[in-house]
Amino acid sequence: MHNKVDPIPGTHIFDGAAARKGYALNAMCFSFNLPSNRQQFLEDESAYCARYGLTPEQRDAVARRDILGMIAAGGNIYYLAKLAGIFGLNVQDVGALQTGKTVAEFKQFLLDQAPQTQISEA
Amino acid sequence: MAQIVGAYFTSHVPAIGGAIHRGDEQTPYWKPFFDGFPPVQEWLGKVKPDVAVVFSNDHGLNFFLDSMPTFAVGAAPHYHNADEGWGLPLYPSFVGHPELSWHIIETLLEEEFDPVTCQQMLVDHAVSIPFALAYPKCEPWPLKLVPIGINTVQHPLPSAKRCLALGRAVHKALASWAGNERIVVVGTGGLSHQLDGERAGFMNPDYDRFVLDHLVNDPEAIIKDSIHEIVRLAGTQGVEVLNWIAARGALGPSANEIHRNYHVPISNTAAATVVYEPA
Repeated sequence: MHNKVDPIPGTHIFDGAAARKGYALNAMCFSFNLPSNRQQFLEDESAYCARYGLTPEQRDAVARRDILGMIAAGGNIYYLAKLAGIFGLNVQDVGALQTGKTVAEFKQFLLDQAPQTQISEA
Repeated sequence: MAQIVGAYFTSHVPAIGGAIHRGDEQTPYWKPFFDGFPPVQEWLGKVKPDVAVVFSNDHGLNFFLDSMPTFAVGAAPHYHNADEGWGLPLYPSFVGHPELSWHIIETLLEEEFDPVTCQQMLVDHAVSIPFALAYPKCEPWPLKLVPIGINTVQHPLPSAKRCLALGRAVHKALASWAGNERIVVVGTGGLSHQLDGERAGFMNPDYDRFVLDHLVNDPEAIIKDSIHEIVRLAGTQGVEVLNWIAARGALGPSANEIHRNYHVPISNTAAATVVYEPA
């Protein structure tokens, strides 16, 4: 790391090291902007991952639908969100998977963070 | 001379587009968020901008990690939305304002900023949703677009201080533009949220209130924090506040807040909607 800073618990900074490590996985996810690529992934996931040269760690994390594993392998959430969409997962599902909560618990966790008086001022 | 009519800021969560598409605006979950928009719509109807200068961040539609610009200025005749990977309905395209874009680019270089210039640029939900909220069911959009992209994806990100300075340089460009356009500045994204990691779901209403209370006339208080500290306070995607900071700079030296709405949560995000007029 260029400058040492205090780590933030549960938080992974997508820096140059992560961007290098995760390039193949993120490139595959970026390809999912095209519907035909999403279809090809669904038809033969292994062949599609092989085409993008995923590392064994990345391939394993994708196979296990392991979001934290994908992040550890350099995945960036903006790109991973496109892969999650193929699996039918929205950001609450992805949040639940990463925090070990059920989706209902994760949604409640979000609701519980509302301040007691919501701001609404003219 | 061109006139800067004000600045409009809002969160840009993709799920907002889904709610609009389904007609869910008045459901209990969405109503507190969408209730923040009639005042925005009325204000825009009054000030009638014909150009929007929009600060936002791409989410892997136009830019990939092969070439990731810190600052990117659109200079295209048209800007199209496209499939971001979820097969959602597309938003209407924007007409650009290449002459104003190049004036901004030239001013930025004079001010010692070195942006990437884009004569082709796709715009994602971060640009489209604020207009879907401000001009409901409007097609074509009633104003032209100059999009300015800030990297909030791959660290190192530009500092908050640098983003405020970028905005102020854009203000210099707008203030010196010889056209007679009415210009609205737009900042999109945020406020606090974190999609990734074991801390996913983190929001911070205290920090958001600090931002909302200081952005209008004391943005220096916000830019004291490093990017790392902003991530700690606002979450990994809460750094989208950089777009708000830059847009505040582009509005001009002093401002009045004329509208504010804040609601937690929308999807995984603390959502805010604000309008400022130049003071």
